[in-house]
Order: sequence, then C-alpha cells, then structure tokens
Amino acid sequence: MPGLGGRFSTVVKAKISKMLDKAEDPQEVLDYSYEQQLQMLQNVKKGIADVVTAKKRLQLQSGKLEQQVVKLDTQARQALGAGKEDLARMALERKTVAQTELQSLDAQVAELEAQQQRLTDNEAKLRGKIEAFRTKKEVIKAQYSAAEAQVQISEAATGVGEQMADVGLAMQRAMDKTEQMKARADAVEELEAAGTFDDLTALGSGEDDIDRQLRELSSASQVDDELAKMRAELGTGDAPKPAGELEEGKGA
Amino acid sequence: MIVRIATEDQYEIPGDHYTEINDLDDAVVAAVEAGDEEQYAKRFAALIDWIRENGKRLGDDELRESDVIVPPADTTMAEAAAEFTGEGLIPDSLAESAGA
Repeated sequence: MPGLGGRFSTVVKAKISKMLDKAEDPQEVLDYSYEQQLQMLQNVKKGIADVVTAKKRLQLQSGKLEQQVVKLDTQARQALGAGKEDLARMALERKTVAQTELQSLDAQVAELEAQQQRLTDNEAKLRGKIEAFRTKKEVIKAQYSAAEAQVQISEAATGVGEQMADVGLAMQRAMDKTEQMKARADAVEELEAAGTFDDLTALGSGEDDIDRQLRELSSASQVDDELAKMRAELGTGDAPKPAGELEEGKGA
Repeated sequence: MIVRIATEDQYEIPGDHYTEINDLDDAVVAAVEAGDEEQYAKRFAALIDWIRENGKRLGDDELRESDVIVPPADTTMAEAAAEFTGEGLIPDSLAESAGA
C-alpha cells in the first residue's frame, strides 16, 4: 500500500493521463489545461481573501479583549484600594478568563498569518508555472506533430498538474485552519454575548448590587482624583486639611 | 531526482537518493507507529532538512514532475498517522527498483 507520496503523485498522474486519453486533439488539451490553471489561480486568490477576513475578525476580537483586560485590571485595583475584596476578586476572575482567550486568539492569528503567507507564496509560484506552461503550449502548437506533441504535452501538463494539485492541497489546509478559526471566533462571540468579559460597570438593566457599588466606587474615586488634581493646580500643596484646622495653624 | 515538499517547493537533488530518503522516511514512520511525538517531530524535521540542504530549489518557470513527494513540513503527528502506512511515503517497491 503506498503512503501519501505514492498516492498523491498517483492521483495526479492518473488525472493527467485520463485527460490526455480523452483528447482527440492534443492542442485542445493544452488550451483546456491552461483554462483550468487560470481557474485554480482565481480560487487561490479567493482563498487568500477568506483567510484575511477570518484573521481580521480574530484581530478585532483580540483588540476588544485587550481593552477589557486593562479595564478589569483597573477596576480590581480600585476595588481593592477601597477595601472591597469581593469586587476585586470578581474583576480579576473575569480578567483571567479574558486573558486566557486573548492568548489563544493571538496564537491563532499568528497561525492564520502563516497560512496566508503560504497561500500568497503558492499563488506567485502557480502564476510562474502557468506562465511557463503558456509559453510552452504555444511552442508545442507551432511545431505540432502528433507523436511529439503527445510527449511534450504530457511532460508540461504533468509538471503543472502536480503543481496545481499541490496548491490545491495548500488551499485545503488553509481552509481547514480558517474553518477552525471561524469556530473559535464564534465561541468567543458567544462568551462575549454571555457577558463573560464585560467590564463590571458596563452592565445595563441587569446590574446587581455589586455592580452598582462598583460604579459608585469608581465614580467616587474619579471625583477624588480630580479634586486632588485641582488642589495641585491651585498650589495648596500638601494633603487637604479642614478649613478650621488651617485657620488654627495660621493663628499659632 | 526531483523531490517536492508538499505545499512548498520542488527540489532537485543530484544523483539517486531513494535509499537515503527512504531510510529517513522509515524512521519517521516508526516514530508515528510508536506514537512518539518527540521522535516524530525530530525525525520529520531531519527528513525535511535533508531535502532542503541537499536539494536546489526549482524555479517557478520549471515544469517538472516529482519523483518523490513528502507531506507538508507542518504536518502534525495525528495527520501523519492518518496518512502514513507501514511502507512510508515512498513505496518500498519503488525504492528497490530505483536502487537496482
């Protein structure tokens, strides 16, 4: 029983010889084969576009998750600073889930990047081979003699046929990866919809007591921050003291 | 001889190297059969590296048929397990007749 190599080349060879057997006029075979090659090139271009689309979608999700990680981290710090450990814990839990997803998304974006590169390389290569085939086919046509043409067509067609089969394999692999990524992107979107990565203040009508507390906390600390900034700008310097105490200090 | 690394390039290797490639190939298959992921990665990389080091890449304007086609360099062991057989990538009968 042959392995992949044997099977692969056997399939390619069988296809090509079948094509040649059917042809009454080898020149027709050349033109038909050339058309098929151009078709394949179009398919590769479409394949590249699909991979790029999948990659962009994952990158978008990755960007969103990055923002959520930062937001949740900030909230955890705020909560902890205010002595609300339960809130801090909740924010950190969500942050951890978001971070895990983020890591796997980034790894997959890198993988799609590699697939895209491979398809792009293959497209260039196939284009080169098709161009070589086009030239060769015109030469064969010009010096047509039935017996010779059969041999030359067979040689040229086998080389390009194998290349096409190989590009087909590369496409298949890229599409399989893209399908996996799509499934992954769908899963992340489901988690998003379920609020798994939501920042704790971003909840709408369904907000609970904890969320409200946190929002109050975050707006309260924002006010504190702004006050501190204003004091610095006014040049009152040190930590604020109640007005009465200030007066007392002056008087002494 | 012409060797293709599937989804990548074709390489021209001067002389007849069926036996060497076949040995490297058999080693990969043995690792797959043993289910040894580490050995598989090492041996498959050795096969791919050997082709790249000993071969000269064919130009895009060359239309040649390969004598041997090896699977894509990023083939996982699970994929390999599904594709490989006891005989390896190159049927032993082909290796024998070429060596004779």
